[in-house]
Amino acid sequence: MKVEQRPAESKSPATLSDKATLLKLHREMLLVRRFEEKTAEMYQAAKIGGFCHLNIGEEATIVGTISSLRPDDYVYSTYREHGHAIAKGIEPNAVMAELFGKETGTSHGRGGSMHLFSQEHRFYGGYAIVGQALPIACGTGYSITYRERDEVVMSIFGDGATNIGAFHESLNVAKLWHLPIVFVCVNNLYGMGTAVNRASAVTEIWKKACAYNMTGERVDGMDVLAVRRITDQLVEQARAKHEPSLLECVTYRYRGHSMSDPDTYRGKDEIKEWQGRDPILTLGDHLKQQKLLTDQEIQKIDEEVTAEVEAAVKFAEESPEPDPKELFRDVYAEAGAA
Amino acid sequence: MPVLTMRDALNQALREEMKRDESVFLLGEDIGLYDGSFKVTRGLMKEFGEKRVLDTPIAEEIIVGAAIGAAMSGLRPVAEMMTVNFIMVAMDQVVNAAAHIRYMFGGGTKVPLVIRTPGGGGHQLGAQHSHSHENWFAHVPGLKVVAPGTPADAKGMLKSAIRDDNPVMFIENEGTYAVKGEVPDGEHLVPLDKNDVKRQGDDITICAHSRMLIVAMDAATELEKEGISAEVVDMRALRPLDMMPVIESVKKTSRLITVEEGWRSYGVGAEIASRVYEEAFDYLDAPVARIGAAEVPAPYNKRLEKIAFPGKADVVVTAKALLGKN
Ligand SMILES: Cc1ncc(C[n+]2csc(CCOP(=O)(O)OP(=O)(O)O)c2C)c(N)n1
Ligand SMILES: [Mg+2]
Repeated sequence: MKVEQRPAESKSPATLSDKATLLKLHREMLLVRRFEEKTAEMYQAAKIGGFCHLNIGEEATIVGTISSLRPDDYVYSTYREHGHAIAKGIEPNAVMAELFGKETGTSHGRGGSMHLFSQEHRFYGGYAIVGQALPIACGTGYSITYRERDEVVMSIFGDGATNIGAFHESLNVAKLWHLPIVFVCVNNLYGMGTAVNRASAVTEIWKKACAYNMTGERVDGMDVLAVRRITDQLVEQARAKHEPSLLECVTYRYRGHSMSDPDTYRGKDEIKEWQGRDPILTLGDHLKQQKLLTDQEIQKIDEEVTAEVEAAVKFAEESPEPDPKELFRDVYAEAGAA
Repeated sequence: MPVLTMRDALNQALREEMKRDESVFLLGEDIGLYDGSFKVTRGLMKEFGEKRVLDTPIAEEIIVGAAIGAAMSGLRPVAEMMTVNFIMVAMDQVVNAAAHIRYMFGGGTKVPLVIRTPGGGGHQLGAQHSHSHENWFAHVPGLKVVAPGTPADAKGMLKSAIRDDNPVMFIENEGTYAVKGEVPDGEHLVPLDKNDVKRQGDDITICAHSRMLIVAMDAATELEKEGISAEVVDMRALRPLDMMPVIESVKKTSRLITVEEGWRSYGVGAEIASRVYEEAFDYLDAPVARIGAAEVPAPYNKRLEKIAFPGKADVVVTAKALLGKN
């Protein structure tokens, strides 16, 4: 599928010729890729239980959107959120430890792959009910306006979530109440095995914003620079004008829906075609053309992030399990709890 | 002590807490400009403005969801669900989100949220506006559930609920908003986890909450005329469920009736009875008797409706039967 980018006034490209930013985008995408490859391996080795949904293929969308935020901005996500958490700054150690169910994990082993969280990083959680987090993200948006702050909320969800009531209720109030939210739809063309055109009457998801008189944009979610550019604009619009928006990033997951999906509903050719537009290789080529990186340097970055992921596995392996005596901890907040 | 209706006691609690704490705000359908379906929020938008008394679209999932997000981000929302029947379309937010967020995120956040909502029947409103569902919520770890039956408790428990750091389901009843009672002025706090003996007695124990507390009290007055001394325990704290006053009472009376406005199956009375069997079986002289609504969707017809919901006569007859005095 060829993706047309909606014309959007481009910000000065200068923001994205900055070498440090470009290298950061590249490194983060590679980190997410290597992390998820390792996660698959650890899942197969039965170190990780439950459901496990990978971000492989979606790195440009993830890093392109989240890198646009400030540390004090908020991210709400789904069960497919390992990469989102890492992009928001959570240490791979804490993410891997959570996948391993360890006490040192982001959610102290109580959440698992689908429920990462970090107050410190304003990563406001992975939610495993499709569409559930959008209304909650609106509440954080309301709190920001209520307290007259200038933070922004990014609410990330899949294409499947745009057919559920909560999505529509959320877009409506976000616009009605002028909430500082960017809704990011990761359109990876499928909700489990159901293609977008078999689930949604409107296949160009950005158009759903029109019903709420809201800015809607569509971007090639395999092109990290394009994603970042448009997100910068939408984040700025949310921050400065309290105008929400819906950004559709068209991307693809190379792997099945979850680790237990045999992936029988889509052709191998389709997967190959999308892999041919790999976001990390594409940016790598761009950086080489611009003479900002050499093959050797890319190799070195790869080795560094791979080592970081290996260290995360070691950390997770060596971390303690939750204490059975603490099964009931945090069912309720005690008076005066954080 | 001033005498207030339940409605005004709740209104006073909201006003006092909003004055005390800037982070407290209200949201719900028609709670502001319209003054609330049952006028509990009367005058509050005028006094506190549209930011702190937020009229929402008719979209229960966004009301509860946004309240959760606001609660996680530094505010203390009090959401009104027009009636408990409408919360069904927001159950995902209540159960899967509000109740579970703190635990599933390893204690990394908290959800200081109050959801106020009235249940109850008896107004010929039929099957979609008459039921009581507090047992649904009381089933769920992570939620607190209270259902006061007097104006004083309503005020004191609502103030405590707003100050609590957990999601609290605050169950009201359409049939009690006009009920009057003495209500202490100002700082009056009633704990969320303490049930309360509302009437002393020796022969039989009657447990009830919300509107059924009033029914139980009336029944006790009637029983007294027939020489039966009933003790009434107000089960205003449903989760966590404070069984202490019930157990103590049963040790004295050896007979127990539970009264609830909802259906008996898998209900509040079922839970209380099980706990009494577990903790005070040897003190019982008769099986626990449970009174609840007839197991039908609430009928519209006035006569049928009257039969379908429990009343004073049901309690009196049951008490006499348990004591072998019919
Ligand atoms: C309300 C609800 N219904 C069904 C499911 C099961 N389920 C989990 S993920 C998923 C597909 C969601 O697709 P999409 O929103 O496109 O996100 P993606 O997995 O593609 O990232 C389904 C049906 C669920 N978690 N929640
Ligand atoms: Mg999808």
